[in-house]
Amino acid sequence: MNLKLKIWRQKNAGAKGNFATYRMEDVSPEMSFLEMLDALNKKLVEEDKEPVAFDHDCREGICGSCGMYINGHPHGPVPAVTTCLLSMRYFSDGDTIWVEPWRAKPFPVIKDLIVDRSAFDKIQIAGGFISINAGAAPEANSILAQKKNADAAFDSSICIGCGACVAACKNASAMLFVSAKISQFALLPQGRIEAKERVREMVEKMDELGFGNCSNTGACEAECPKEIKLTNIARLNREYYKAF
Amino acid sequence: MGKLISKIPDGPLAEKWTRYKASVKLVNPANKKKIEIIVVGTGLSGAGAASALGELGYSVKNFCYQDSPRRAHSVAAQGGINAAKNYQNDGDSTYRLFYDMIKGGDFRAREGNVYRAAEVSNQVIDHFTALGVPFARDYGGTLDTRSFGGVQVSRTFYAKGQTGQQCLLGCYSSLNRQIKKGNVKMFPRREMLDLVVIDGRARGIITRNLITGEIERHGAHAVVLATGGYGTIYYLSTLAVNSNASAAWKAHRKGAFFANPSFVQIHPTSVPQLNEFQSKLTLMSESLRNDGRIWVPKSKGDKRPANDIPEDERDYYLERRYPTFGNLVPRDVASRAAKERCDAGYGIGESGLAVNLDFRDAINKQGKKAIENKYGNLFDMYKTITGIDSYDEPMRIYPAGHYTMGGLWVDYELMTTIPGLYAIGESNFSDHGANRLGASSLMQAAGDGYFVLPNTISNYLADQISVAKIATDKPEFADAEKAATERIDKLMSIKGKHTASSFHKRLGKIMWDYVGMSRNEAGLKKALELVKELKDEFWKDLNIPGSAADLNMELEKAGRVADYFDLAQLLINDALDRKESCGAHFREEYQTPDGEALRNDKEFAYVAAWEYAGEGKPHILHKEELKFEEVEMKVRSYK
Repeated sequence: MNLKLKIWRQKNAGAKGNFATYRMEDVSPEMSFLEMLDALNKKLVEEDKEPVAFDHDCREGICGSCGMYINGHPHGPVPAVTTCLLSMRYFSDGDTIWVEPWRAKPFPVIKDLIVDRSAFDKIQIAGGFISINAGAAPEANSILAQKKNADAAFDSSICIGCGACVAACKNASAMLFVSAKISQFALLPQGRIEAKERVREMVEKMDELGFGNCSNTGACEAECPKEIKLTNIARLNREYYKAF
Repeated sequence: MGKLISKIPDGPLAEKWTRYKASVKLVNPANKKKIEIIVVGTGLSGAGAASALGELGYSVKNFCYQDSPRRAHSVAAQGGINAAKNYQNDGDSTYRLFYDMIKGGDFRAREGNVYRAAEVSNQVIDHFTALGVPFARDYGGTLDTRSFGGVQVSRTFYAKGQTGQQCLLGCYSSLNRQIKKGNVKMFPRREMLDLVVIDGRARGIITRNLITGEIERHGAHAVVLATGGYGTIYYLSTLAVNSNASAAWKAHRKGAFFANPSFVQIHPTSVPQLNEFQSKLTLMSESLRNDGRIWVPKSKGDKRPANDIPEDERDYYLERRYPTFGNLVPRDVASRAAKERCDAGYGIGESGLAVNLDFRDAINKQGKKAIENKYGNLFDMYKTITGIDSYDEPMRIYPAGHYTMGGLWVDYELMTTIPGLYAIGESNFSDHGANRLGASSLMQAAGDGYFVLPNTISNYLADQISVAKIATDKPEFADAEKAATERIDKLMSIKGKHTASSFHKRLGKIMWDYVGMSRNEAGLKKALELVKELKDEFWKDLNIPGSAADLNMELEKAGRVADYFDLAQLLINDALDRKESCGAHFREEYQTPDGEALRNDKEFAYVAAWEYAGEGKPHILHKEELKFEEVEMKVRSYK
């Protein structure tokens, strides 16, 4: 298929960006979206032009590196996939595809489609852990956890930290991201001990870094490539009220 | 063999590690803060080591090329993590785990190291559980396990098909705790360009800031490489596309021996290549082989849809050839058997380079729900990639480059041949011999990082407490920085026509065709020629647009590909030198009449440790003889 790409190009954080237009011919429906961008970049390099910069690594939807706005949706129009696994079979010959970086104040653009998501690390550093040193752990089966809670903790823990929730949110809220970690630990007995400090510190850091509030729109849940549920945010709120 | 001292402690196998820990030199808590340690990489071994060293009170600097330590490729491990807990009462023990690894590695690993890896495995599970890793549980609240390729006990702990992600996020959380405490300083988006050696000791690294292009110097009393494997030398592999061998290779050029580079695991169950633009091959966890049955049609070129092929026209070739282990044979055996069927013309699909992994019988027996519970996310991922629902029809799978057992040579303390330089996790060669068993990669990486290295490194650092903070204005730093800058300038100034990836792809094809699942002398020699030609072409015809003083992903790739040409040559020479078949290294000249690997213990029961002799000069081979005191070297049979 032949496509017209409108891609956000921005030299660096301080520069002014703009949409550049590229035409791609003979795109195979079996390519992934990133492989299609690889093909574009190959062409650009062969013409001695700077390729489009984007973050990517595992290319199997688990590392959370990739992420871009595609036709107005984080990770594109298909639910529950990351950009790297978005297949070109969902596009048609003659389509114009708009590609933009995440747009959120706490995620400043570094170059083209690459944004700085270190704010996510900062929130995790504030409290996303259980305090135990290597060597101090008790026998694993001495900590019992109900299967349904352990399964629910797993469902929360699969967040890949890509930032789509923030990008999708009109308030640039990080509530879904934060609530996933809070929920994982809140649901496990070993996480209860520091539950109060954890939720206070992570929420405080989230606010400090300029993420907005949650207004229950649910765009984050709709766009999350890992289908993290809004109920995590409800649990975060409950944990937060209990923490004072 | 003067240079290779493995430092295996005396005493019975089961007591070696305990004895070692009892006699190791320690660093006074008050002195630890003054000692700086660099850890490169943030996977299970790197983030584990950085956290554990931070917890002990050392001043740690941790580096990764990704934007966050949470993205290291350990994240993609699927099936599980082994431990000798014997929670199933099925006869497991530390000894049995050790034995399975030694045998699975085809008797090409060191007994002492392997036993220790098995020994610390239980601590790893305890630690991850305490860190809040949501492993699968049984209804009574205890941890669940499953069996995994190549063993007959159920010792694999798992979190659906995302065990690596969950363990890595556990490591990331412990790392974050140490960052908050100020014990670890994190340097993301940095690529290590060289190792700095002063008076024969590792004293720092040179990095490139991947955002600004700035070349930086970092000093430390010791350097730990946790930089993973070199599976992307095949271009298409199950690895993250940016995974690379450059840090290990730079250390090798500075004097760290590289061991058994030709031992590369080809994983049997990956999604086959779908198109020529493909950038990676996605793994389907081998845990699927617990319930999936592998087959091809009995008649050549049978292109009917799988479900239309009746039972008596299907060849369940693993069950036929290996009745005891069936579909659960180790990875090297399963991969070669798939290749054998496809090469013989029985492969399925348009390319003929695929076999069926069929869940029909398991779904009939256990119900769709049970299969969904165990493998739901893998079935989803398969459908996302291929558009095929494998609850209704078999998955198509084919082998792909996956894990490298080879790596930097290390002694029992995980120290390389450069004093003060350590290699942990996949970046070393130590625990898996010629083939790694499933679910032992996470186990070894976390064991190395959290429990082995923090104990062994103090033996070295105890003598370093009087050494002042390493100043980075020394000439060795200046020289290393100059060399790194010159190499970048050289790459930038080629100004040819082609991308680094296009060369990488061609290199990968040579490696896959001649140095993949099966190798022979003529093919290996041909590969050497082809790699040399391609390398020359690369240095003449590469193009990198843009500037080196900026974020430049083409430059990053080019540096990694350039190193791969050199590593490829060493890998091929190692494969040529090892005139036997063992584990994943299959030399066609050395096989039994029924096509199984034929080891030559008399001549090749050694670790091949290669010393860099200078640009363009042949590597020097050092042999570390493998002594088996506890186990008897047997023919590995899974029949």
